[in-house]
Amino acid sequence: MNNATTLYDKLWNSHIVDEQEDGTCLVYIDRHLVHEVTSPQAFDGLRNERRNVRRPDLTLAVADHNVPTTDRDKKIDDEESKIQIDALEKNCADFGIELYSMKDIRQGICHVVGPEQGFTLPGTTLVCGDSHTATHGAFGSMSFGIGTSEVEHVLATQTLLLTKCRNMRVTVNGSLPNGITAKDLILAIIGKIGTAGGTGAAIEFAGEALKSLTMEGRMTVCNMTIEAGARVGLFAPDEKTFEYLKGRPKSPKGAAWEAAVEYWKTLKTDETAIFDEEIVMDVSEIKPQVTWGTSPEDVVAIDGCVPNPAQETDTNKRNKMERSLEYMGLAAGTPMTDIQINTAFIGSCTNSRIEDIRAAASVVEGRKVANGVQALVVPGSGLVKEIAEQEGLDKIFIDAGFEWREAGCSMCLAMNADKLGPGERAASTSNRNFEGRQGPGGRTHLVSPAMAAAAAVKGHLVDLDDLD
Amino acid sequence: MDKFNTLTSVAAPLPLINVDTDMIIPARFLKTIKRTGLGADLFSTLRFQEDGSEREDFVLNKPAFRNSEILIAGKNFGCGSSREHAPWALLDFGIKCVIAPSFADIFYNNSSKNGILLIKLPQEQIDKLMKDAELGANATMTVNLEAQEITGPDGDVIKFEVDAFKKHCLMNGLDDIGLTMEKSDKIAAFEASQKVKIT
Ligand code: SF4
Repeated sequence: MNNATTLYDKLWNSHIVDEQEDGTCLVYIDRHLVHEVTSPQAFDGLRNERRNVRRPDLTLAVADHNVPTTDRDKKIDDEESKIQIDALEKNCADFGIELYSMKDIRQGICHVVGPEQGFTLPGTTLVCGDSHTATHGAFGSMSFGIGTSEVEHVLATQTLLLTKCRNMRVTVNGSLPNGITAKDLILAIIGKIGTAGGTGAAIEFAGEALKSLTMEGRMTVCNMTIEAGARVGLFAPDEKTFEYLKGRPKSPKGAAWEAAVEYWKTLKTDETAIFDEEIVMDVSEIKPQVTWGTSPEDVVAIDGCVPNPAQETDTNKRNKMERSLEYMGLAAGTPMTDIQINTAFIGSCTNSRIEDIRAAASVVEGRKVANGVQALVVPGSGLVKEIAEQEGLDKIFIDAGFEWREAGCSMCLAMNADKLGPGERAASTSNRNFEGRQGPGGRTHLVSPAMAAAAAVKGHLVDLDDLD
Repeated sequence: MDKFNTLTSVAAPLPLINVDTDMIIPARFLKTIKRTGLGADLFSTLRFQEDGSEREDFVLNKPAFRNSEILIAGKNFGCGSSREHAPWALLDFGIKCVIAPSFADIFYNNSSKNGILLIKLPQEQIDKLMKDAELGANATMTVNLEAQEITGPDGDVIKFEVDAFKKHCLMNGLDDIGLTMEKSDKIAAFEASQKVKIT
């Protein structure tokens, strides 16, 4: 018998508290990130049943989804946002949970904050009431998004009832050429397997092109695993992982660090392990990507054109394409680089880390935002913002006509004041181009940070190769 | 949580694939700290014009389907964000059962935790039910969870599969947390045995 196991198997097996007859397992949760939108009903549930938080020490809270990204000294104009943020503060105080409040420099998008603080560690299970929790899988942590009932379940019991995912591996071979970013890789992968391609799966990312990514790049890839339908995305931890985590505020220290690294080195898929599904791609097939429609699988290379629904044989798909094109206000056959934009958004848990900001700044330097374009940079955390400012990147953006904002989710989901108006079109580094995601009637093209920056200065989508 | 046993209702046909949670309930309606009241904004963009008036052609606005408790939809229903506001909005509107060829994982879990029954069926059976549903007011269906059967308006019976534990919880209106708390000794033992300390 083949006893070889995958990385996901190892993480799963080491967290089982109890197994039911039907195979459902009670799984221990090592880390829980909490934010203001999906937690209030969970805390209410605890109060109603007179329950406590079992392990406040394993729980970390931060307000990110609807915090304003402009002047933090003013009060929040939106009454409902304020109620949610106040509720989070009260809940954390009542239940003894550490919270990075709006004025704390450590505040930011939960999926940026966790790794930055060393809260996210290899070999752990980590959950958050947000589907992009898969981000933390970049560290070899079994991380996934949960709903509010599950948030309540974790708060009360530090466990979850789960059924195991199937094992899937996505390998991208070949050495990563200049100009292809993590965002392009994951968009191309989603384009290939579709938004339901990973349903029920934990995806391990492998192959030279993916492994050669930095931790930031790996986070971008894992972040968007959910857009391929998978709950978990994983990279086996390696020297880059350890290097990134060493010395972070919540990382283990001294002898505990040494012991942890020894253990983390064992966290990899055995050579003879068998996956339920394998996808193999070669990086030479992949060009810089952009979305044309209203689903992250609607991708095309930047030098391509808006596809033609008439060429789609599947009726369901053709209908969906027609609907998307109508919503997006695009005609089949239009070259992608002819598409004019009103807004460029650089931010979100997909692309708001320091490396993303640097990539965008290097395109912007010495250029100006095109007339009539609103361009926004929203760093992923107060600390990312601080580093960028130390490097003078804020000046580059401001001089070019960008707005330089405070950390938060911002225009990724348009819960705060940052949103697209009806019919407005954005080049966005976020992760979802659903109808209305960035504001009712708003139109989203998902791209990498460098491409969003280039679109801002040109006023239309641009192939970076053509940037003079 | 309400117990789920049998449900007889007109079924509303929504023949769209990849219905995402932003469609079910857009993010701007998530600024609530309650579970109730979201039904008013269910499928907001599909249901209402920009001025707030109803779009006549949307299924849940048609007289025959306004009180549907069953929804029939295309594949990958519920994809996108983890917001439990999606099942809350469905439930608050009165939808207790969704039938589709496939569902997104998180949505699937969230729904059963709120007493909504999700039924996965092969595309051909969905196509048939979709046709039945389009008949409107005279075409009620009955979903029997215990027997795992759907009886169509013509008396045809379709069998469906459901996870045994989810079925048990749905039928008895059981709260997962209470069940898990009974295992707190095992949880404590696990914590004590964790080899690599994580705090
Ligand atoms: S940045 Fe966007 S995707 Fe990420 S956590 Fe915030 S809202 Fe969700």
